[in-house]
Parts: sequence; structure tokens; C-alpha cells
Amino acid sequence: MSATGVRPILDRCRAEGRAALIIYLPVGFPDVQTSIRAMVAAVEAGADLIEVGVPYSDPLMDGPVIQQAAATARANGVHVDDVFTATAAVRDAGATAVVMTYWNIVMRRGVDRFAADLAAAGGAGLITPDLVPDEATEWIEASDAHGLDRIFLVAPSSTDVRLREVTSHCRGFVYVASTMGVTGARATVGDAAPRLVERTRAVTDLPLCVGLGVSTREQAAEVASFADGVIVGSAAVRQLFADDVEQGLADLRSLVGELAAGVREGRTSVV
Amino acid sequence: MSTPSTEQPRVPGRFGPFGGRYVPEALIPALEELDAARHEAFADPAFVAELEHLQRTYIGRPSIVTEVPRFAEHCGGVRVILKREDLNHTGSHKINNVIGQALLTKRMGKTRIIAETGAGQHGVATATAAALFDLECVVYMGKVDTERQALNVARMKMLGASVVPVELGSATLKDAINEALRDWVTNVENTHYLLGTVAGPHPFPEMVRDFHKVIGEEAHDQVRELTGGLPDAVIACVGGGSNAIGIFNRFLPEADVRLIGVEAGGEGIESGHHAARFQTAVPGVLQGALSYLMQDEEGQTIESHSISAGLDYPSVGPEHAHLRDTGRAEYRYATDEQAMEAFQLLCRTEGIIPAIESAHALAGAIEVGREIAAERGDAAKDAVILVNLSGRGDKDMHTAAAYFGLIDGDITEGDA
Repeated sequence: MSATGVRPILDRCRAEGRAALIIYLPVGFPDVQTSIRAMVAAVEAGADLIEVGVPYSDPLMDGPVIQQAAATARANGVHVDDVFTATAAVRDAGATAVVMTYWNIVMRRGVDRFAADLAAAGGAGLITPDLVPDEATEWIEASDAHGLDRIFLVAPSSTDVRLREVTSHCRGFVYVASTMGVTGARATVGDAAPRLVERTRAVTDLPLCVGLGVSTREQAAEVASFADGVIVGSAAVRQLFADDVEQGLADLRSLVGELAAGVREGRTSVV
Repeated sequence: MSTPSTEQPRVPGRFGPFGGRYVPEALIPALEELDAARHEAFADPAFVAELEHLQRTYIGRPSIVTEVPRFAEHCGGVRVILKREDLNHTGSHKINNVIGQALLTKRMGKTRIIAETGAGQHGVATATAAALFDLECVVYMGKVDTERQALNVARMKMLGASVVPVELGSATLKDAINEALRDWVTNVENTHYLLGTVAGPHPFPEMVRDFHKVIGEEAHDQVRELTGGLPDAVIACVGGGSNAIGIFNRFLPEADVRLIGVEAGGEGIESGHHAARFQTAVPGVLQGALSYLMQDEEGQTIESHSISAGLDYPSVGPEHAHLRDTGRAEYRYATDEQAMEAFQLLCRTEGIIPAIESAHALAGAIEVGREIAAERGDAAKDAVILVNLSGRGDKDMHTAAAYFGLIDGDITEGDA
């Protein structure tokens, strides 16, 4: 069981002396087939991990871009089963997927059933933006039973006690939400991210992946200089709003290529 | 790799299995701070004294009770007593909670409050408290609701608040709460989210109940003074459920008193257009709490419908879910049509214009009174029903005028 999950990938990136690149894409946006093509394209362009997003009616951690993508995906008929199809497609493309989902989606399917389906599709684990470990008894049991990673979030507002508590329940990596706020591109990385990474490093040996706000090669390089992984969501999703699907996929490839170069620049610039 | 210890994670704020704290980690410290602050405040005689002073000199507490014999003739001849929360400053029970949380905001050293509102009652109450306590105030309101409650938007602006129309999703109360939560997670350092009902993450359901329980404490004594005993039934409308919990709480230990919540039946249960969560819903998580939730088979929220914006919410406070499952409280529903009949009846028989939300409780009283009459015959005249008249209906004149065709010519949505 210890060989499963995201750790082999993150360890390999670490051995290469670089941060991992993690790309978030919601399944079903703009439609199921295109979203899966986009995930495969992101893998081919240099993403190390794909975060498969589950469109939800009430995405309270998301900014306008991902909210709109979720609404479109739902209007176009996405289903939870498509999450597992996408996860398997990412695996077949030679990469690994983790699923990011609001908790009610998992609870409604049944926590153990969701975990079993995800494991069967080759998914590595779950990122749970609105589930903290305090409420996660059932998920902790199911993830243990099915060998899945549990990726909880830490935030700049987390106290040191909370950082210790939350990371003690994480497996795979820790999602470091770099700024207070919702998802969406930001002009600068800011100093909250390195400070939070430093505070989190003091309490855990797990890889720390930073998300919320990264959209450019330069920002990716900056974050890669202090984090083990760089998570890019809204900036990637935005490419798929293009009227011309092929153009959108091409733009996505190009963006991911730039970001992949960025995460390889970070370490050299620091060491 | 560190494995979790075998000890169970702490589970704060549960009512049976319901409640909890299903929120982003970023908000947990603020919720813990709030929880600590409210415990300290309630233990501080100075805080309690200030709250009671404001209840008496600003809100207008205690609110009176009014027996309504002409209305009661339509309720099988039982005695009906109204708890007049409509007579509070700003026109509803909402101000009880708002004043309490605004005091806590000051106590925590925060300078900005945000709130969601559906019909506008909670938004107006929050804007009022912000003016009183010199706090910056932003109210999120679904765009649909800003249009059907334009007068309340003007009231909030007069009081100095900013009103942000939310166009996402169904553009109603649920979406306003999502947007308020997004603001809070961004600005939590200086901002308190003044949630308006007994829903959301712990400690909101407990804390909001505790600021409203004065309703039932007063009514308990007032009914006893008037009738010499306890009521047979206490009836309140249930959206999130704050006015209902407020009047129920004191009666929870009184096993002989029936507690009856009335949900919005909208166009009827079969139509699918309703907000009667306990009729069709199953447990799920929305906006921080586990409770009964209108959702599809994949866990997506189903939009609720009601003529009353204040009851138009797809979930319900977690304590109500527990009271329902344990059988301590009963929940029924009133359709739009039944509520509007009761609305008109109270106007015509007693000269009191209720909020359409409260009219659902009145519709419940008509049904329950008739059921008691059918059971007890002549003895029913000694039965007493206490109804929480949670708000006044001035804000609903636009809806009522359109519903009853009271104004000549075309009344379009948006005219107030």
C-alpha cells in the first residue's frame, strides 16, 4: 500500500531537484470528452499530477472562473461517474490523478463506495476543500481501507496547533492554500505562501504543494523555489473557455509547457 | 509516515449526528475564536447586562403576546396566542441575534460585518446594528431577491450598508450565503460573518439559538400568566429555523407541549417546487452543516421554491433535524396558497399584517386547531396554541398586492 498514491511521483520530482507541477481541471468542462482530452494534453505537456475537479452546485471555495466552469459542466450533463472515467484516462496516459471534491458529493455516493470506485479507477486520493480532519472519521477509515491519499488543506490562518493536527492526518502531500481567499489567478504570489510553507515544514515531513493564485511561469518558478509542488487551477481552466476547442487545448498545452519549465527553474535560482 | 492516532477526532457542535463544521480550514480558527468569545461573553455579567439593556431599550423586549379570538374561530375554536416578534425594532425576530452577534464582533475587535439576506429582514437588522455600533457592513443578496425586495435594499442603503447583488446560481438566499462565505474566507482577519439563522458551521446553530431563546422564555411566562398553564402546542415557521428554535427552546423539557415547525410547501410537494425539506430530503452537507438537504442522487443541491423568500432554503438548521428524528418536534408544511389564506385571514380578523413567513405558522395553527377540535370536541375551547409571529408583513405588500390583485394595472417585479 505504501507504494500507491502520489508519493512515488513527488519523490521522483524531488530526486530530480525540482518541484512537481499539478494541474487542476474540472471533469465535464466544457464537456466530458473535451475535459478528458484536456487532462491528457496537460499530462503530455508536462503536468506531473492531474487534479480532477468535481463540478458542484455550491463551490464556496472557488472564484468566478471555476464557478462558471462547474456551472457549464453541470448544464452539459456531467455525472459523478465521469470522475472515475477521467481518473482512469489519466492513468492510461501514464500519469496519476487525485480528485478534488466538495464533501457532499462523496457523502451522497457513500464514502466507502466513492473510495472503492476511485481506487478501482487508479486514482491516488482525494483533496477535500470543505472537509477538515476533525469531521473526517469515515473518510480516514475508507482511505485506509482502499489505500488512498488524504490531502487536507492548511491556510495562512491555521494556528501551529492546527497545522500539526491537520498534517498528522494527511497522506501523500499537504495542500498549502497560499492566500486567504478563493481560487483564481492573482498578480503576485505574496509573502504569505513562503511563510506558511516554512511553518508547515516545522511540523511535517510530507511534501508541501502550494495552490491558489499561480498562473505564470515566473510565479511557478517562484513557488517552486520553496515548495515541493505547484498547483495551477483557474489559469488552466480559463484556456478552455475558448470558442474553438482545438485552440483552447493548444493554449492549455502551451501554458502547461511554460509552467513545467517554471517548476524546473525554481530550485536552481535558489540554491 | 505519521498515521492518525486511534482517538476519535473531536466533534464539536453536534445535535445527534447533525451539525458539525464542514468548512475550509481557513475558517476554522475564526470559528474557534467565535466559539471561545461567545462562551466568555455569556459568562461575563457586563456582556449579559449590556445585551439585556439593548433588548429592553433598543429592540423593545419583552415583546407582548396577543390573544386573537376572531382568528381562533377559524382554528377549530381553540385559544390562539401570538408572540409578537413583529413588534421588535426592524420588524422581526432577526434583531435579537443581530444585536448579540454585533456585540460579540466588537468584543473580538473586528471592524467589519457581512451578512446574507433573503427577504431582507436579516439584512436590514444587520445594517441597523452596523449603524448603531459603527461597523462597516456588506450584505449579500440574491439578484432575484434584490428585485422582489427593492424597498428593503433601499432601507439597508439608508442605514449605510453596501448591498451586493449575487447573480450566481439561482440568485437567491443559498447563493448569497456562498458569496458571503467567500468574502469571509478572504477577509476573516477583520470581518465577522453575521449569519442570520441556526444553520452553518458550529458554533452558529447554538449561538444563534442562544440569542433567540429569550422569545420562548418570555412566552412561557406570558402564556402561563394569561391562561394559568402551558400551551398545548407551540407553532413556528421553519426556513433555517431561528425563530422556531427561539420559541421552542424553553419548552423542550415540557414533554406535554407539542412543538410544531411549519415548512414552506410552495406549490405542493408533488410539484417538486417547495422548501419542505423534511418531506423529501435526506441528510447531506451544505454550507458548513450536516442536516436534511434537498439534493439529487449525486449530491448536487436542488433549488427550493417558496412564495416566501425567508423560507426559500434547501437545507434546515441541524438542531431541527435532530428534533425531528428524535420525535421531540413535528414538522408539517403549508403551501403558498394556504399561507396566503392565513395571511389574509389574520389581516381581516385581527388587524395584524404578518410576514408571509409567519403566515406559514398561522396556516399550521389553523390545521392543528381543527385537528384538536376533531379529537376533543367541546373541550377544544380550553386548548391553547402559541404561534410565533416572527415578523411583520410590510415588506410583503408587493407580493401580497400581486397575489390578491389589489392594485389596478400591471404590477411588475421590481416596483416596490
